[in-house]
Amino acid sequence: MNIEQLDFYTQAILSMAALVGLTSFLMLGQGRLLRLIFVFAMQGFLLTLTTALAAYSLNNHHLYISAVLTLVLKVVFIPWMLRRQVIQMNMHRDIEALKNNTAVMLGGASLMVFSYYVLHPIVQSSSVVMLNALAVSLSVMLLGMLLMISHRQAIAHVVGFMSIENGLFFAAIVATNGMPMVVELGVAFDVLVAAVLFGIFFLHIRTSIDSLDVDLLNKLHEVDK
Amino acid sequence: MIAAYLVLLIPLVGIVYFALAGHKTDTGKLNVWFNGICLLATIWLAINVLNQGTIISSGKAFLIDPFNVYLIVLTAFVGFTTSIFSSPYMEHEKEIGKLSDKRLKLYYSMFQGFMLAMYLVLTSNNMGIMWVAMEGATLATVLLVSLYRTPESIEAAWKYFILCGVGIAQALFGTILLYYAAVQIGDGENALLWSVLYENADKLNPEILEIAFVFLLIGYGTKIGLVPLHNWLPDAHSEGPTPMSAVLSGLLLNDALYAVVRNKMLVDGATQSNMAGYLMMGFGLLSFLVAAVLLHRQKDIKRLFSYSSIEHMGLMTFAFGIGGPLATFAALLHMTVHSLTKSAIFVTVGHAAQLAGTQRMDQIRGLIKTQPKIGWGLLIGTISIAGFPPFGVFTSEFLVLLATMHSYPWLAPLLLLGIGIAFAGLFRHIQPMVYGDKPEAQKPIKANLWPVTIHLALVLWLGLAIPGFLAHWFSQATLLISGSTPL
Repeated sequence: MNIEQLDFYTQAILSMAALVGLTSFLMLGQGRLLRLIFVFAMQGFLLTLTTALAAYSLNNHHLYISAVLTLVLKVVFIPWMLRRQVIQMNMHRDIEALKNNTAVMLGGASLMVFSYYVLHPIVQSSSVVMLNALAVSLSVMLLGMLLMISHRQAIAHVVGFMSIENGLFFAAIVATNGMPMVVELGVAFDVLVAAVLFGIFFLHIRTSIDSLDVDLLNKLHEVDK
Repeated sequence: MIAAYLVLLIPLVGIVYFALAGHKTDTGKLNVWFNGICLLATIWLAINVLNQGTIISSGKAFLIDPFNVYLIVLTAFVGFTTSIFSSPYMEHEKEIGKLSDKRLKLYYSMFQGFMLAMYLVLTSNNMGIMWVAMEGATLATVLLVSLYRTPESIEAAWKYFILCGVGIAQALFGTILLYYAAVQIGDGENALLWSVLYENADKLNPEILEIAFVFLLIGYGTKIGLVPLHNWLPDAHSEGPTPMSAVLSGLLLNDALYAVVRNKMLVDGATQSNMAGYLMMGFGLLSFLVAAVLLHRQKDIKRLFSYSSIEHMGLMTFAFGIGGPLATFAALLHMTVHSLTKSAIFVTVGHAAQLAGTQRMDQIRGLIKTQPKIGWGLLIGTISIAGFPPFGVFTSEFLVLLATMHSYPWLAPLLLLGIGIAFAGLFRHIQPMVYGDKPEAQKPIKANLWPVTIHLALVLWLGLAIPGFLAHWFSQATLLISGSTPL
């Protein structure tokens, strides 16, 4: 595949995929919560751009609605809510010391390779561009999980959770030009409700353990000790 | 078709009404009415399907076939009986000061929300909407798990939220891959409809569907509670209010398994191999054995029965994995009897815990002497779930075993071993609780055991003789899933 031979849209999608993947790595190594939230908003913005681009080049009007939904939810509402929590909890000056940062980054890189490996069979039935797009989406999901494992703050967990949704969304836009409208609206509704519930949960966790460090949630065990 | 819309409309009205009206003294009774009317609507729907066969709504948004219609009736039935139990139970919780009116308002509204999500999972013809509804069920129940606001319950709810949320995201990726395979052969807007996918299953790209199924199984498997994704389940079941445990165990797990089986039907059609079946057998058997062993090490009565749920869900997943008419028939029967028995057990467990004032098993003693109804209810329920004849669980487990011996004889000893371990695990805990002397201060409480009696009587009936129309129904569903009938 020679990248110069592809049309403009495909080239743009490939660069967007690279950028979205990059933001996931940026989040993975980020110990400051406010910056983490900022990078998350950036990822949301890249998604909005991708969606708008797809809507424009494919002349698909319902994708504009998805773009607006992404912009409102992932770039404005969720980052705003998380930011407010961080400032209320007075955590914006704390730096979370990440254990094994090097190992986590290497793990992230291997997850990316793994995603390519898992999805490789689909090359037979579609283009290499599609493989790139889907593999990046899958690795964004896996990196989101890794982010949740390596960070201890509940806010970082929510960012990881939402970034998994971003990966899914990217796959849906790039591979299939968006899911059917009803499904997309349904998913957006679920994300919105989840975001509101997370807000309620922060309040409960704070009143319960006076912190948002989820390592302190350790009362329940698989077997009694 | 009107019946299907009614089934979805009633809980929707319920959510709004309970949220707006707030908690009054008769709210619990109203909840019973809502669920009761819904049950009647589902029976009407079932009669329609029995007469006309598969129904697809005019916009193709909903599909009712013999497989899901019986689960819809089961869902409505368990929802109805649980609401009968929940009304006095929640009043008691309020009297002892554990809950306020505001929390009860949330509880009743979300009870209906959960029911709506369950009906939507079952009736939807669109695989995407099925996912949305499944996630909706998590969102509706997550605040109910933390209803008591104790540190433990908040931890359990957080775990439930994060694990199920991340897990179910995998299922969405699987659904996107499914859609990706589907748009290559057909039109965009209708490509995710199950009825369209099923007709064209042999044209779908097998490589993509194989990858998709792995994600779908992991995703919905988290909700089924398959080991090693089961971690949230015992926590959520033990910390939430007991009526919630009853519907989570009896309904949510079933519906997640339903979603997996629907997807398996597509994947089998595309790949023409039993790859999906092998995966389900592996995960199912692992869950079955691990949960059976973990039963022995529990101290909390609700956690004990949550592990028992994992064990039974594992067995069903295994049976669906074997495929074939006999195993599928057994799995469908097991889904029914497990739902009925497990929700009955959770109802008695709820009363037993209120009686003793704790959920710790070493402090629950002398149930038969204090209140014979609760003691016997728990004992008979446990006998039934452990798979003693003549109860229905015995019949279905026996059929699973028979199918295993037929197809994979070398796995049969493992199944027998698991059943044995689970039996011992349950009885070593139950025996001292129901027999033995009662503690001094223990007094009988107001308990409504009608739901338990009805459920266990039905399970007994299913064990002695499956009524003709139900057997016909199961055969129809088996025909749909496995391609031929067992009878």
